[in-house]
Amino acid sequence: MFEVLEHREKLQTKILTGNEASAYAAMNAKVRFVAGYPITPATSVIETISKLIDEGKMKARFVAVESEHSAMSACVGASYAGLRTFTATSSHGLAYMHEMLHFAVNARTPVVMAVANRAIGPGWNIWSDLSDSLSQRDTGWLQFYCSDIQEIYDTIAMAYRIAEQVMLPVMVCYDGFVLSHSTKPIEVTPLDGFIEERDAEGIDFDNPTTFGNISPPESYFSLRKAIHKAVEGSLDVIGCIEQEFLEYSNRYTPMLCEGYFLDDAEKVMVSMGAVASEARVAVDLLRDEGEKWGLLKVKSFKPLPKKIIKAMLSGKEVFVIDRSLSPGTGGILHHEMSSILGDVNSAILGLGGVDVTAEAIVGSLKRLRGFT
Amino acid sequence: MITAKLLPGTAACQGCPSTMCLRTVLEALDKAVLVVPASCTSVYMGAYPHSAINIPVFNCTFASAASTATGIKGALEFKGIDAEVVVWAGDGGTYDIGLQALSGAAERNEDILYICYNNEIYSNTGIQRSGATPYGAWTNTTVSGKREHRKDVAEILITHDVPYVATASAGYLRDLYSKVRKARKIKGFRYIEILAPCPPGWRFPMDRTVEVGRLAVETGMWILYEHIHGEFRFTGLSRSIVEGKRKLRDLRDYLRIQGRFSNLSDEEIDEIEKFTQKKWEKLKKLHHELSHS
Ligand SMILES: Cc1ncc(C[n+]2csc(CCOP(=O)(O)OP(=O)(O)O)c2C)c(N)n1
Ligand code: SF4
Repeated sequence: MFEVLEHREKLQTKILTGNEASAYAAMNAKVRFVAGYPITPATSVIETISKLIDEGKMKARFVAVESEHSAMSACVGASYAGLRTFTATSSHGLAYMHEMLHFAVNARTPVVMAVANRAIGPGWNIWSDLSDSLSQRDTGWLQFYCSDIQEIYDTIAMAYRIAEQVMLPVMVCYDGFVLSHSTKPIEVTPLDGFIEERDAEGIDFDNPTTFGNISPPESYFSLRKAIHKAVEGSLDVIGCIEQEFLEYSNRYTPMLCEGYFLDDAEKVMVSMGAVASEARVAVDLLRDEGEKWGLLKVKSFKPLPKKIIKAMLSGKEVFVIDRSLSPGTGGILHHEMSSILGDVNSAILGLGGVDVTAEAIVGSLKRLRGFT
Repeated sequence: MITAKLLPGTAACQGCPSTMCLRTVLEALDKAVLVVPASCTSVYMGAYPHSAINIPVFNCTFASAASTATGIKGALEFKGIDAEVVVWAGDGGTYDIGLQALSGAAERNEDILYICYNNEIYSNTGIQRSGATPYGAWTNTTVSGKREHRKDVAEILITHDVPYVATASAGYLRDLYSKVRKARKIKGFRYIEILAPCPPGWRFPMDRTVEVGRLAVETGMWILYEHIHGEFRFTGLSRSIVEGKRKLRDLRDYLRIQGRFSNLSDEEIDEIEKFTQKKWEKLKKLHHELSHS
């Protein structure tokens, strides 16, 4: 308890953008290697980090590489050699990394990356759309979707603890511009006592090993199985670390999912990211009209806390609001929710940055229910 | 205790230039980690849980050798560990898919040693053309002979102005050894490209690897040099040739021994000759400019 009090005295409140919050979280999480390549709207994460390092506030090696493929390669290399690493990207940058996203998982490197969600062209569209990171679902990266700026900071802090415990890479995702560029006063909690320096052995020159050589079928199969188990097992780890962070910071930042007016709700919206914030307001609006609505915000898309979701939503009519599209399948969150709950209602809103207001959500839900 | 750094019994073809040169390179290194992109080497080093390479090795993706090395070196430096980070890549991983990362790392002057063993083909995937395949050569994707000349990554790196660029040949392992030893002492980005005659890919008998590696230099088809901190010098036999102490052999001697050139017409041989002469002139000019400026 003493430690908690002590660090709360050091707590600073700063007005930061979502991207700056990412950078400050990486700094306080004792990241020691950052490789970055600019892409709107993630660019200012890397710019802020490079500035923090230049000013001597952050002690890390920064490499401005020549592509996102290289950014992830360099992070994997540095992580393998024992450092805590970070990068940030978006959209085409994330797509360009795809090969290395798989590689980071099979290499079991605990790389953490911020993703400022953005649509993928053509046509060039720099606005929010979660399809970029959601379409990386099957790489095995853990994925958390933030709904506000404080959450970005806290989630990155927790992401390192999770990544290094389960030895899997983690994406911390947030809507481009809506969260990456808007500002809010946040608590920049110093993370001493919550995250220590990464203590990884790195390369053993005295007892050399070969990493990643030809892997015969059986050993490859068991590697993949171990990864699957690690993703599943991360649910418990995430729960524990969320609790530890609450005790440490006095702030509850949900990592799996969060309900809003769920107890007596008959109808529930399910959403992720910034849209989930707006959906809260939509719940309020509908409750004012006497409708018993609630919200389930999914924070952890990977691992998806299926049992918790099922328990929270049983007996309720479910409406999934997606800001993503898998052409021919529909909303990606909707697809996942259907696999848990059977077919449920689906609305796709806000692709390519189309504004998602609470009113728009209410309007679309009413149309789905045949009100108008 | 095992002291050899490349153990016997690799899965490479007999007469493989890559294993010969890798053994030489590893012996020239002290404390080092090897970064290997997809290539014959990733296969012949053996299958998990065994390995024929007795120093730390990181197998990386095909396109990422130089950037993976950047990350590893960055981490070692940050931790205060003094060790060489050495890339061992084929010409495919160097000339084609990995060129962007290579150029980026060279421009940043990363403190790594990048070695390309250039067998002028993608051999691991069964002999296809690469950007290093010479004009006229048969491969499985140039069945009637390649119609374009090769590009030259060593020259590309000279224009990047990195501290050390050198060429070597599997025909002269002592020369390779001393170039690696020299490169080790230099800080910053270092590049060594080894011409690596590959018996199945070039279609010559497996006991003639060294001979073909020498013929390449004797006929002037491959030129040995070093470019150190902006200074250019020919080395080994290529130097004797430039200085007029040795005469160039007929390049047909080099072409004839290889099945991959068996269908060349006289015009095509002329074309190769012209290209080779142009290369010599270019390098001589570079030598002149850089050593008399
Ligand atoms: C992105 C990607 N594309 C293609 C491949 C398939 N591949 C593996 S090795 C290789 C050729 C390697 O050629 P080179 O670098 O010249 O080395 P060598 O096989 O001659 O030793 C190719 C095309 C791959 N591993 N990754
Ligand atoms: S194909 Fe050529 S380079 Fe590859 S292992 Fe065989 S001889 Fe060596």
